[in-house]
Amino acid sequence: MANQALPRPRFEAPDPERGTKAIPKLETSATPLLAGKVSEVPDALFGGAMRLCGLAVVGILALIVFELLHAFGWKFFGLQDWNPVEDQYGALPFIYGTIVSSLLSLVIAVPLSIGVAVFITEMCPVGLRGILSFMTELLAAIPSVVYGLWAIFVLVPLLRAYVQPFLATTLGWTGLFSGPPYGIGMLAAGIILAIMIIPIISSITREVMTVVPQHQREAVLALGSTRWEMIRIGVLRNARAGIVGGIILGLGRALGETMAVTMVIGNRAEIAKSLFAPGYTMASVLANEFSEATGDLYLSALIEIGLALFLVTIVVNALARLMVWSVTRGQPARGSV
Amino acid sequence: MERDARTAREGLGLIMASAISVPNPTIIPPISWRRRTLDHVMTGVAILTVVIVLAPLVAIFGYLCYKGIGSINIAFLTQTPKPVGEVGGGMANAIVGSAFILAIASLMGVPMGIGAGIFLSEYGRNRYGDAVRFVSDVLNGVPSIVIGIVAYGLVVIRQKHFSALAGGVALAIMMVPTIARTTEQMLLLVPQAIREAAYGLGVSRWRTTLSITLRTATSGVITGVMLAFARVAGETAPLLFTAFGNQFWNLKPDQPTAALSLQIYTYALSPFDDWHRQAWAGSFVLIVLIVGAVAAVRYVVRRGRLAGA
Amino acid sequence: MGVGITVERLNAFYGKTQALFDININVLANHATALIGPSGCGKSTFIRCLNRMHETIPESRVEGNVRIGEFNVYNGTSATELRRRVGMVFQKPNPFPTMSIYDNVAAGLKLNGFRNRKKVDEVVEKSLRSSALFEEVKDSLHKKSGASLSGGQQQRLCIARALAVQPEVLLMDEPCSALDPISTGKIEELIFQLKEQYTIVIVTHNMQQAARVAEFTGFFLLGKMIEFDKTEKVFTNPSDKRTEDYVTGRFG
Repeated sequence: MANQALPRPRFEAPDPERGTKAIPKLETSATPLLAGKVSEVPDALFGGAMRLCGLAVVGILALIVFELLHAFGWKFFGLQDWNPVEDQYGALPFIYGTIVSSLLSLVIAVPLSIGVAVFITEMCPVGLRGILSFMTELLAAIPSVVYGLWAIFVLVPLLRAYVQPFLATTLGWTGLFSGPPYGIGMLAAGIILAIMIIPIISSITREVMTVVPQHQREAVLALGSTRWEMIRIGVLRNARAGIVGGIILGLGRALGETMAVTMVIGNRAEIAKSLFAPGYTMASVLANEFSEATGDLYLSALIEIGLALFLVTIVVNALARLMVWSVTRGQPARGSV
Repeated sequence: MERDARTAREGLGLIMASAISVPNPTIIPPISWRRRTLDHVMTGVAILTVVIVLAPLVAIFGYLCYKGIGSINIAFLTQTPKPVGEVGGGMANAIVGSAFILAIASLMGVPMGIGAGIFLSEYGRNRYGDAVRFVSDVLNGVPSIVIGIVAYGLVVIRQKHFSALAGGVALAIMMVPTIARTTEQMLLLVPQAIREAAYGLGVSRWRTTLSITLRTATSGVITGVMLAFARVAGETAPLLFTAFGNQFWNLKPDQPTAALSLQIYTYALSPFDDWHRQAWAGSFVLIVLIVGAVAAVRYVVRRGRLAGA
Repeated sequence: MGVGITVERLNAFYGKTQALFDININVLANHATALIGPSGCGKSTFIRCLNRMHETIPESRVEGNVRIGEFNVYNGTSATELRRRVGMVFQKPNPFPTMSIYDNVAAGLKLNGFRNRKKVDEVVEKSLRSSALFEEVKDSLHKKSGASLSGGQQQRLCIARALAVQPEVLLMDEPCSALDPISTGKIEELIFQLKEQYTIVIVTHNMQQAARVAEFTGFFLLGKMIEFDKTEKVFTNPSDKRTEDYVTGRFG
């Protein structure tokens, strides 16, 4: 129980000096300077305007859906007025090309991105961290068309001269690396896409790794683990959901990437097993043929491809954001990515 | 809790594994050479990935400088393209055209983006704000070619011709979600105490938001705007069937307009060596402008932080 | 001249949780009234109900009647108008970081549309003198930012800023808790003099402070007001046992 003999607060006589330093009387006129009614209207107007801007964002999405749909009307989801033989068959190479190029880019990009992220967050000396992360962000700043330009004149000749013959001799038995080594083709597209999505996967991986609390790392180290084991068990395992989210986000980006892919994929609507063969993606066919589309059916088919691309990327991105949010708990991912 | 248990289990497994691998297990089992080697190997692998990833960066920049700088001359920066096949000429109209389209895009996209950002941070800490936030993030992932198609439907079809305005609309649509999110983040960094101080003085909400909250976050908001700007400056796909490109000068918003990225694309795919050379030069100019913007933004932000803002 | 505050049956809620239960108080004009009590007892909530700052928290609710002078706080005055008549000083000094000292003090006037340059100069100087800060900053009014001052100076700046709007009531939410003893002493001296012109309500954790500056003291506990009386009586001869226990330090 508390100390019984606690004294009361001392009540001293007021300091004789107190209150003698006169302070200037602030003018207290009967009508203060800010008299008068305050209207609620400006606040209401402003609030309304801001809400309108917020609504506009949703409106933009609605606009996109509307524009893509009204070329078809709602017949798109029906079965009549639709020429399956001509267009259904036609769309498959594009879907195939998009999926294969994106998957290939993921296969290349994911280990590299995670490696870079692990290095920067866990292994790198503190001084280098800023420079390295700046450089990876710089990769994200390069425009797609410049990637394409470099790919045409540097990457493709490299592939044609060295990489593809090498792959043909070593791994040709898989069937994935057969056919004439044009240089241009699915492989080139996959590689350039990989370079383009590495920054996004790497930066999200870095972010979710940083969020893992320090005591997780310390717990594993305290049990006598090596650094790599600490990273594997203490960090990567905990950040798994977020990393997967980052990978899916990278996939979303790869699916929609247009310019660089168009410039090196060969633009031939064929389905082939070999990665050396040219291909065609949904985004590429839109870029190449949209402005030259003659005839309503042709245009409509292209817009349908655009709609399909839109829906796929929306679903993939929504999924990815949900996974990343679940790990970073609602903090937005960096706006520049 | 669950994570900790998992981690502990794994760690225990480690100890047992190392205990088994040593012939005479002592109380504290030493780390086996196998595990140690693996650790070194993985460090090496990580360093290797960094090298592999940064190699293209160095290669691209190196190539740009090597091929690009040599091709930049006064003619490039001041002349319009020569007729097909002729050597010489420049991309002056494309550089100006890009600036023109970007200006149109900014006029539409920046105010709306900042407004949406203000909404999200000041009026949107609720379900409606969450919906807008989600839509905004999702919009960020829409392929730029699809946005080009939308702008085509919205503007080009109605006007029956390509135009800089259509290109501006496409780019503005891309800027809004990015600017909205970064503005929101910057405004959220302003401490609530600052807003309360203003409310306590009897300042109305709209005045507080603009003159106090936004004012305090100004450098951050500008950073976000410039980042969005840099991102759309290099876009090609949305301009393919909106601005469309132009051989000549154009400063009218309702006519097809040349753009740097479009010009690079056309020249890169052409069979002429001189045009390839010019494509490199154009890329160099484009990168210089974009990287310059990003670096300037980083510098301003760092200075702003040191100044104690 | 200050005005009196009348509070009748005030109840305040954060969402479903009730924070204040049936508070009834009569604050006399031109006097300083202190509110004491252990952490979380509702005294900050109460003071924020007086100028409707409580509303800025989402899902908050207030029931009851509050009158400040001739204003009925919850029925009929806009919050903005009210807050121009009732000034507030917060626990942690919060000068506007992007503004100079002058602009900070003038903020209340300028942002509310008052433009007369000469008058604003006058008011800024007088407010800074009233908060005993003028002598220390008179050479760098426009050059130094509000955030570059020391903690005690910042708080006096916030007081000057609140005074510049010429309120009739000054609400102070633990204004000295983040300050060192010397700054605290200066501000207490200030409060002692300000009460001749304003009605002051001060929330404080420090009982000695209440004893030093206030004529009346209210003791809060768990959202209820246990006792409200002349300071001397509350400290030397409280009517309620709980008050006695608190002031003698048995808890809190």
